[in-house]
Amino acid sequence: MKNGSDHGTKNVLVEFLLRLGDDRLILGHRLSEWCGHAPILEEDIALANIALDLLGQASAILHLAGDVEGKNRTEDDLAYFREATQFKNLQLVEQPNGDFAFTIARLFFFSTFNNLLCDVLQKSSYETLAGIAAKGFKESSYHLRHSKEWMLRLGGGTEESHRRMQNAVNELWRFTGEMLVFDEVETELQRLNTIPDLSTIASQWSGAAAAVLTEATIIIPFRQKDSGQAGNHAVSGSRHGFHSEYLGHLLAEMQILARSYPDAKW
Amino acid sequence: MVTKKEHILSLLREVHDPEIPALDIVELGIVRDVRVHGKQIHINITPTYSGCPAMQMIQNDIIGTLNKHGFNDVAITTVYSPAWTTGWLNAEAKQKLKEYGITPPQTVNEAVVTLPGSEMECPFCSSHNTELRCEFSSTACKSLYFCNDCCQPFEHFKEI
Ligand SMILES: [Zn+2]
Repeated sequence: MKNGSDHGTKNVLVEFLLRLGDDRLILGHRLSEWCGHAPILEEDIALANIALDLLGQASAILHLAGDVEGKNRTEDDLAYFREATQFKNLQLVEQPNGDFAFTIARLFFFSTFNNLLCDVLQKSSYETLAGIAAKGFKESSYHLRHSKEWMLRLGGGTEESHRRMQNAVNELWRFTGEMLVFDEVETELQRLNTIPDLSTIASQWSGAAAAVLTEATIIIPFRQKDSGQAGNHAVSGSRHGFHSEYLGHLLAEMQILARSYPDAKW
Repeated sequence: MVTKKEHILSLLREVHDPEIPALDIVELGIVRDVRVHGKQIHINITPTYSGCPAMQMIQNDIIGTLNKHGFNDVAITTVYSPAWTTGWLNAEAKQKLKEYGITPPQTVNEAVVTLPGSEMECPFCSSHNTELRCEFSSTACKSLYFCNDCCQPFEHFKEI
């Protein structure tokens, strides 16, 4: 399939593109909340630039989703006029920013994933998606290096920075599981040869994350099924529209201008 | 004899990236294709970075410039493939960047060779006693360095 418009595959492709686009849109929005608040000026600029990259990737992907869907919805319609249950982003990216360690650990986990995923998708037979992924791969390489360096700096820094980073990793770990699970949507697109095989991403992610956490002297948490810790259950379901309460609050802020003034122009 | 396409390309060199005024959009590699069908002109552009906030302004500037020269039927398409790379900047463009005070990206045969790290040459005093302060700077396409000899911060057009 070259143009993504073949009947019957359209819905599953739109679904996949929404997952990709929403992850980047929501994390981009979260990172933009740091603007003016980061611990140092250089980091303020770095987080804002990364947010901008992610919003740019989201815009291109959601534009494509709207094209494939064929219902005349633009990327702005998809961003501003869907309800929380229609968003397909991971719960990982919608969590509030927490402290700087939490923001960095999440960015590291997501950038590792984004980099691996874009690397695979840039070999997609679906040319438009491959092009977007090729850009995403280059950009996420910078995001990954930047967040990795902070992981090492905070993990191996002072007692306080180490404690905060360990807390952040402990807190975030249960959100990383569903990031590495692909379901019938991805399987169907692989079967149609629209996207390449994604099955190696989970083990590559685990290996890459473990290597950095170890170097940062951070203890790798057990997966929930090993730990059995109460209140620390792994989350799931966000790819089907199940979200934490935080997404609604985020959307209220993100969407209010477009909804209050639907014809507003810059 | 200059073809119409070459003429359009030369006009597009009047349009500069607002964030890097030293370079025009043709030498920056943002213009990917120009097709002329009678009075109709179709231009493909590609963003340097996915989130480049200058793209809308660049599109407006392209249309404004071509209108000024009598071309009123202009369509612009944003393309993502092949992904923009600093490998497209030629020696002349890199020299312009350097003169503008931004250290140019390092490339060999369109391939990105090194990632920013150390030993970037200061564009003001040519010292190599410099250090990377941040991989991101005033725009996504630049990183921020500091020269330990002349004590000036400077930007590097980063490899991508
Ligand atoms: Zn200097």
